[in-house]
Amino acid sequence: MKKNDENPYRKIAETFIKAFEDSDEIELDSIEIAIDKLEFLLSSITRQIITPTIMPSQIAKPIEIPKLKFEKPKMVWPGKIIEVEIGATRSMGGTRDKTYIIGGEKAPPFYFFEEPEIVMPHKPIFALDIFDMKISLPKAVRMFYGEDVLNDPAEWARIAVEKFNADMITLHLVSTDPNVKNTSPSEAAKIVENVLQAVKVPICIGGSGNPEKDVEVFAKISEIAEGERILINSLNLDMDLKKVLEPIKKYGHVVIDFSPMDLDKARQLNRKVYDYLPKNMIVIDMNCAGIGYGLEYGYTATQRARLAALRGDEELQHPLVAGVSNAWAAREAWIKMDPLWGPKEIRGPIWELLTGLCMLLAGADYFMTVCPTTPTTLKEFVEYIYERRIFSKEELYNWVSAKIR
Amino acid sequence: MPWKSISPIEIYKFLPRTNCQKCGEENCMAFAAKLVNMETKLDKCAPLIEEEKYKANYEKIWNIIKPAVKEIIVKRGDISIKIGGEYVMYRHDLTYINPPPIALDVDDEMDENEIINRVKFTENFSYTYTGINLKLDMIAIRSVSEDPKKFMKAVKIVMENTKLPIMLCSFKPEIIEAGLSLLKNDRPLIYAATESNWNEMAKLAKEYKCPLAVFSPGDMDGLLTITKNLLDNGISDLILDPGTFVGNGLSTTINSLVAIRWKACEEEDPLYGFPTMGVPMTAWFLIDGDKLKKATWEAITAASLIVNHVSLLIMHSIEGWVLLPITILRRNIYTDPRKPVSVKPELKIIGNPNEWSPVFVTSNFVLTYYLVSGDIENSKIDSYLLIVDTEGYAVDVATAANKFVPDKFKEVIDASGLEKKVKHRILIIPRKAAKISGEVEDAIKWRVIVGPSDSSEIPAFIKNEWPKILEEWKSENK
Repeated sequence: MKKNDENPYRKIAETFIKAFEDSDEIELDSIEIAIDKLEFLLSSITRQIITPTIMPSQIAKPIEIPKLKFEKPKMVWPGKIIEVEIGATRSMGGTRDKTYIIGGEKAPPFYFFEEPEIVMPHKPIFALDIFDMKISLPKAVRMFYGEDVLNDPAEWARIAVEKFNADMITLHLVSTDPNVKNTSPSEAAKIVENVLQAVKVPICIGGSGNPEKDVEVFAKISEIAEGERILINSLNLDMDLKKVLEPIKKYGHVVIDFSPMDLDKARQLNRKVYDYLPKNMIVIDMNCAGIGYGLEYGYTATQRARLAALRGDEELQHPLVAGVSNAWAAREAWIKMDPLWGPKEIRGPIWELLTGLCMLLAGADYFMTVCPTTPTTLKEFVEYIYERRIFSKEELYNWVSAKIR
Repeated sequence: MPWKSISPIEIYKFLPRTNCQKCGEENCMAFAAKLVNMETKLDKCAPLIEEEKYKANYEKIWNIIKPAVKEIIVKRGDISIKIGGEYVMYRHDLTYINPPPIALDVDDEMDENEIINRVKFTENFSYTYTGINLKLDMIAIRSVSEDPKKFMKAVKIVMENTKLPIMLCSFKPEIIEAGLSLLKNDRPLIYAATESNWNEMAKLAKEYKCPLAVFSPGDMDGLLTITKNLLDNGISDLILDPGTFVGNGLSTTINSLVAIRWKACEEEDPLYGFPTMGVPMTAWFLIDGDKLKKATWEAITAASLIVNHVSLLIMHSIEGWVLLPITILRRNIYTDPRKPVSVKPELKIIGNPNEWSPVFVTSNFVLTYYLVSGDIENSKIDSYLLIVDTEGYAVDVATAANKFVPDKFKEVIDASGLEKKVKHRILIIPRKAAKISGEVEDAIKWRVIVGPSDSSEIPAFIKNEWPKILEEWKSENK
């Protein structure tokens, strides 16, 4: 099964991603001109107007009764999420073409009872994962890149950004683990330099999870990426925080504080990091697991952190990270199953997509994804949500009698 | 006002206090304690229900513990489905109660075979997940023809082919009545009362004693107005549908669902204290593109609504890759968050192992434990399963976070007396923890074999590898 083009599902998967891409195009042909609202013409979504089986005129007139008035829910969210800027342009001392700001929320995700620009001023950022060595990735992910690319982090990063529309890339330096390849910090730094050359978007750098080694690796990376304001993934309470934070502070980077499922530890870790970094250089990660493999824990921890922050808990008022790639730990994402459940080349990407969607609705701001279709679709979702098109009643009345064939 | 916990004493004082144990609890105080934690139902207290003298007390307790969102029952034959019945806005405030039922649609212009296929698919849908059988719940029958006779024919076909509860969908009262006439002994859901027909639908709901959905797409004023009028007319088993606008209108739908639940739970406004419903199947005509894209957006919409308080869903896809993640997600969100994330680290005995049986190792994350032990039990491999304390993290997370450590292996091996139970010294660890194998081997002096990455591959591993591994060990340790 070496050659990708022999794979019968590859075509399906390509149709899949193509379908997503196509939806960005505006097809004026399919817009019903008879509807005289300008907003329809401005809409960027191509929407098939329902073939009405009942004409609007046939819908009987409303029965005249005194109208009640809906009032907005009485919500008070005294807290506000801190805005964190990732990446630095030349004028800021880095070499990136652009930067991103995440955070700034004043309400739970997509509670648009106020203008979106006020309650969610910044859209979430969707990054694709790349790794510094060939690791076992699901076929549904590999087939989008081709095997050679997966040995070349710089090329992998370039394709992730240029072809698959990733806002950022998250480079995981897994080979630095003493139990894996024990790649030295300076060798790892070279890979980071190559990736910084290959893409001009801000980047996130992850370690191996070994607390001692990560301290050394992050120190070296901080130095060689001076001024780039990279996002470091991640710090935790098992680390020598002084040793790792001094170089991070000196060379001006942003960190992710990782406290899986534990709000108290998240506060505790943040308090320690406050000794070194200003609050607007800290992002938090409460952990994420896939649908069917612990989604509810990461979902609830993330939602709780966000709601606590909005209710005024200052130690949690940081943007949130979701490691959506963890969706693949759920076996249903990647094992071959009875055909009833669909080919894994479709099932897998959907698994990551829906896991990411749940985390988006729980409040996450920065997304680590590994399947190239995920950023595109989640961005499309976010655009749709921000669009807030008001439908006329008649457009939906017909669902009951619409023919779907 | 948000969820506030109730003291068991508040309930206890209105209970019979006879400690009759008919509810299955030791005494009335224990029953009161379970009741305030939503771990039992008030109806289990037989004297309170049956004896006239307790009637007033029953009312008093009910008023203290009744959910913010009314629980609506849909029934057919022996199957009844609970919709709504929720207490809280967010699952961590307490727990969500009734997972939203999923109805698949059929319509009266489908040919008989297609209806039968869809109905059978719905009824036979089944997936075992952590020991729970995930199912689909209802059939929604839509009138496309707008012809009562055709509608009745479709209802009959459905009735003959499934026992699942039914939802009758049309805005024309005469069509709904045609369907109801066939379901007189049941309690189908009527869909739907609108601003134009609510008066006639109210009469039908009253006459046939059925719950009624209220449909007012994108018009919360209208939804409220119709609901208020129905309540004034004595119709109180209602389900609210603010309209499901897939794509660039989804924001309206999500915010309507949030507003309704917020008003019910946080503001205690009884006008909003009803279950809600969503119709992700509108993706099939609101989203442009091929079937793959429409089905994907149906899945996206369903997931968005499930995490945003919806109490009932109507779907169209019969694609397994849509329904599998949605049914599992629904289960995940409606799992009681008060249940612990970890199981006790211990040695679990599977089947009848002997002193040469394999010893598998896994983490003490509850889901990992369920999957691994389920797979080994189902494949009938007599063996031991060593559950190592990883602080409730899954194998991969625990490995990455340095929580899968030799000391914890040692603790559970010593505590369980494993060294006396088996003669070999071989542990089979998951592939996802491969990188710790050397470290563990050095520390505890057992041979550590890296097994499969997923426990579904254990049977093949035992068949193909285990005899060889054991023989090798035996020859080296004569």
